Amino acid sequence: MLGPVDWIISLLSVLFEASVVVCSLRRKSFRRHFFLNLYMSINVLVSAGQFRVLMHYGRSSLEYRYFYFYSEALLIIVLYFALTGLYLKVFEEMRVERYVRLGAVLLLAGTACFTYAVVSQSSHRMLTYFVFELSQNLYFVGLVLTYALWGAIVKLKETRALLVQFVLSLGVYFSAYAASYAMSNLRPDLYSYIFRLFPIIGCLLPLAWAYAIWRVPEDARLAPARLAVVPR
Amino acid sequence: MMAAIILVCSTVLFLQFFVFYCRSLIAVSSKQVLSPEVQDVTGISRTASGEDFARVMQLLQLCPERPEDRKSIRAIGVYFSLLNFLRSTIARMVPSMRVWTESERGHCAYFAAVALERRISFSRDMLAQQMDA
Repeated sequence: MLGPVDWIISLLSVLFEASVVVCSLRRKSFRRHFFLNLYMSINVLVSAGQFRVLMHYGRSSLEYRYFYFYSEALLIIVLYFALTGLYLKVFEEMRVERYVRLGAVLLLAGTACFTYAVVSQSSHRMLTYFVFELSQNLYFVGLVLTYALWGAIVKLKETRALLVQFVLSLGVYFSAYAASYAMSNLRPDLYSYIFRLFPIIGCLLPLAWAYAIWRVPEDARLAPARLAVVPR
Repeated sequence: MMAAIILVCSTVLFLQFFVFYCRSLIAVSSKQVLSPEVQDVTGISRTASGEDFARVMQLLQLCPERPEDRKSIRAIGVYFSLLNFLRSTIARMVPSMRVWTESERGHCAYFAAVALERRISFSRDMLAQQMDA
């Protein structure tokens, strides 16, 4: 049975994801941030699907969990392409497009193979466990890639405020998810509580991106190196 | 083992990204000059101090909420609490850290004042629209 909080979070999630696409269209920057918008558009469809399954079967049902984790694993793969798009923006003057794309595909395949290798040795419920483990590993690899991108931004003195906010909010999102997945892996007894956090974390990224697209002008600049300065 | 490593790394990186993200929000708003009336209301002219934060947040609560800035204001509120925690713990022993936390708290207050300015102009626009209707 859905409580009022579940309703509100599910509706807000779809609303925030749609608002990223709407803000991009209104700002006429849809094509400029194509992969981010593609991810959000697919996310709207997936959220609508999740909402439908949630209404039919309830949050604690097996059907909802299956749908949730499989759709989530697919979404992270699309998010990888969005991250690749951000890499291309940062390295656009170096003309390394081909290498970045190739690297992303290899990393994705590598993570899937690694997860399969780990899970096939240790679990009897392989398919269910595989998708959960894969999500955790993909979020973590995404986090490492985002951190590397942040390092490149600081090193290359990239100053586009919009790009900086996209990358930082992606870092917050990836790390929150990776930590939650790892926590539920370590403490399965806490899983039912942590599982409730996922939709809330899911709202963070679209909200941050919608805010950035709507509020931060394309030509706004800031010095990322100064954001990282903390006195010793 | 793998999950434990991921948990530790993710938590550390989460904190780092969160702090950088909050600072990027503050950096974007710090270039905005406050209007004279917001300067009068908040008592902030050019630089703000951390002590102003609570007062400006109270003023913010009095204005109609704008959905698009709700999250960033909340994020800065959490960042301000984190700074307060640092100020009362590590910064007591490290003087340079104390100066830094003070300046960051001031930036948070300035961010809140800019958000207040936006909310005031939003309320004005709404009122003007109602008058037109």
